[in-house]
Amino acid sequence: MTTLTINNRSHDLDVDPSMPLLWALRDHLGLTGTKYGCGAALCGACTVHVDGEPTRSCQMRVGDLVGRKVTTIEGVEGKVATTVKTAWQALNVVQCGYCQSGQIMTAIGLLATNPKPTDAEINDAMDGIVCRCATYVRIRAAIHAAAVQLG
Amino acid sequence: MLSKSIAQRLHSDASKSDASKLSRRRFLQNSSAAVGTLVIATTIDFLPAVSLAATANDGPLPNAFVKIAADNTVTVIIKHLDKGQGVATGLTTIVADELDADWAQMRCVFAPADAKLYNNLFMGPFQATGGSTSIANSWEQLRKAGAAARAMLVAAASSTWNVPEAELVVEKGIIRHTPSGRQTTFGAMAAMASTLPIPADVKLKQPQDWIYIGKEVPRIDSIAKTTGSAVYAMDVKRPGMVTAVVARPPRFGSQVRSFDASAAKAIKGVVEVVQIPQGVAVLAADSWSAIRGRDALKIDWDDSKAESRSTAEIFDNYRARAATPGLPAARRGNLDSAFAGAERIIEAEFTFPYLAHAPMETLNAVIEMKSDGGAEIWAGSQFQTVEQATAAAILGLTPERVQLNTLWAGGSFGRRATPNADYVAELAAIAKQTAGKFPIHLMWTREDDIKGGRYRPLALHRLKTGIDARGNLVAWQQRIVDQSFMVGTPLEAMVVKNGVDETAVEGAADMPYAVPNLSVEWHHAASPVTTLWWRSVGHSHTAQAVEVMIDELAHAAKKDPVTFRIALLEGHPRHVAVLKLVAQAGDFGAPMPSGRGRGIALHESFNTIVGMVADVTVAPSGQITVDRVVAAVDCGIAVNPDVIRAQIEGGIGYGLGAALRNQITLTNGIVDQSNFDSYEPLRISDMPKVEVHIVPSSTPPTGIGEPGVPPIAPAVSNAIFAATGKRLRSLPWDLNLLKS
Repeated sequence: MTTLTINNRSHDLDVDPSMPLLWALRDHLGLTGTKYGCGAALCGACTVHVDGEPTRSCQMRVGDLVGRKVTTIEGVEGKVATTVKTAWQALNVVQCGYCQSGQIMTAIGLLATNPKPTDAEINDAMDGIVCRCATYVRIRAAIHAAAVQLG
Repeated sequence: MLSKSIAQRLHSDASKSDASKLSRRRFLQNSSAAVGTLVIATTIDFLPAVSLAATANDGPLPNAFVKIAADNTVTVIIKHLDKGQGVATGLTTIVADELDADWAQMRCVFAPADAKLYNNLFMGPFQATGGSTSIANSWEQLRKAGAAARAMLVAAASSTWNVPEAELVVEKGIIRHTPSGRQTTFGAMAAMASTLPIPADVKLKQPQDWIYIGKEVPRIDSIAKTTGSAVYAMDVKRPGMVTAVVARPPRFGSQVRSFDASAAKAIKGVVEVVQIPQGVAVLAADSWSAIRGRDALKIDWDDSKAESRSTAEIFDNYRARAATPGLPAARRGNLDSAFAGAERIIEAEFTFPYLAHAPMETLNAVIEMKSDGGAEIWAGSQFQTVEQATAAAILGLTPERVQLNTLWAGGSFGRRATPNADYVAELAAIAKQTAGKFPIHLMWTREDDIKGGRYRPLALHRLKTGIDARGNLVAWQQRIVDQSFMVGTPLEAMVVKNGVDETAVEGAADMPYAVPNLSVEWHHAASPVTTLWWRSVGHSHTAQAVEVMIDELAHAAKKDPVTFRIALLEGHPRHVAVLKLVAQAGDFGAPMPSGRGRGIALHESFNTIVGMVADVTVAPSGQITVDRVVAAVDCGIAVNPDVIRAQIEGGIGYGLGAALRNQITLTNGIVDQSNFDSYEPLRISDMPKVEVHIVPSSTPPTGIGEPGVPPIAPAVSNAIFAATGKRLRSLPWDLNLLKS
């Protein structure tokens, strides 16, 4: 049994400790907002926060996360998170929406550490998160809008 | 996605019955309406040209689209798949407008699979999303459904207050009687309205009275998709559900000779291993165990009937065939005498690779056998009618005993629409092999997706063109070699004419340019490699060949590329208007600094015309940056301008990513790519700034999901030429050729 702290709650998991966090979240904890896209850290759809830092959940083993704080799209909160989600909604960023949990979790991580990112800094932070609908124009605009909103 | 030609053919078949449909249209109450809920059911009585089921002669059938509940919510039943193109928002908008509802009270729900109630009106008795037809085919149907609901609510208020209907106004979901100061809501009137007769005819709004159509309405799926709460098939959980992952052949056309599952079964969590026609399925308690179980399988494949060639050999074969005349797809004038009299002849070859669609949500679906022997399926279903019927046939059921639930889909780009039901057929086969003893989630991994076929066909175009002494384009011969994905399917009769698959030549055979002597020819190159429509179908390659060649000819004739095109566009005022608008907005023809170039392209697909001006910077290394794209689009009435802009932005990104670096190649029949490292999609750092101009229109809406794709590659190719003087015709671009 492995005990993890996810979205500020303690969860007991009866899985192989080498199972990637992604599958534990989706298949065993019902937290399906975090998505499978590639399983190889190539698309970022599975991005969650580990101790506040955007992290590919497909590459994190459950057994390595004991004592660390995992936050998913369902549980992310605070001023930056709310502002980012609101900007996403105001600019109609989403299309199919499947990658957007990863985009939003990464954008929150960016703005938490860099409140006024330039286009180049947005590219650096967001380049790993693939959107096949190519909502990138609006992702960039929403990050700038959220930065302005956060002041 | 269905191509324009299929959609048009189906439309013309369906429209044969338009007269009877319209004269016999009436509105019925759905007897299954819950108490207090008004359900508007419009009867659409059509006589399909192609009968898929014994129900074609069953007579009028209810076709329910609007539900108004006592809690004052208005729910629109969405008969199409929303895979990101925004159709759930668009269809809800159409109803909300005629209803004069408040946008905040609008909801939507996906329709169950039902070819009689929810068919695509352009496609006969067939529930399907494709060919960029969702708004176009639903436009009149949903306006009438919304208007009928409004009329019934007004009648209910009139009756309740005993005042003339003419004295009532409806505004943002409130019904008001100004003389007496009374007002009420839709929800309060729903129960009464549901007891009233449904109007035989309804008056639709005039465009100047629209409150949502053409305005800025927020996407209806934004909140769910920004909070992780939108439910995709990937997220469906059923009690006792297991996950299935399938080992498929490494070569197209291979079959299982034998397999050893002992190591797979030893993996913790693996519960069963079964053979199905498509391969070997491993079922496990969770996704990770199923993937590990599949990895542990040992399979001996019989490759005797498989594709074993490499990409270069396939292109050599295509090239040889292009040297010989193909089947005529379009022919006019006298090509021989035109070439004989031409001042200058320019020949060119264009090659196009296989392309994977790679939607972010890999193919997957859930099935559960029910206690009554029926089945229930959850999928991001795009061809509901085909999938329901195919699953039923595999399971030995009648189609109506398969309840198919459509969910939000994480992209498709054509991939989810297959003539043989593809992954749903796999799922049903696994359920059959396991006797339906547990609910099953079939999941494709990304590697399955990239290696799994159903690619945009590999294609080669051979062009020979001639201009006269005055620089006029006088001769055009275009030979296209590629593989049809229609020949041999139930859809063949609809699109293959005189041996030519229209989806393989669309955008070339029907090009708008008035070349007096023209021959467009096609060679069908069959292969076990499976192919499919890929966002914009044939246009995904024909636009590149036609628009790059036109640019090359304009330069050869020493004419401005815009002027050159306009001279060939007599009788096409919409094309000319789009071209002029985009040229002006994109400042086409203005001087550019060294190392930068500006290119233009124009293309019609799915009855929508799109022009693009692209700006590129070419580095000495040969790397290119697309800095900005200005687009102009004429798609008829713009139901939701912001969704249209989004689809053009997305189409640009989708087409640009493929042109920059995507190709599926084969080595001895085995796909070389496997995941997003070797098949790397466009990333945010590759995305240009985009500016979209929508041409005002009063004609009915046309397609928007696909038409943003075709013009981007030629616009950028032409910009690269402007910057460097080098013609990159084939895709993906070989940027090594640009090194200075």
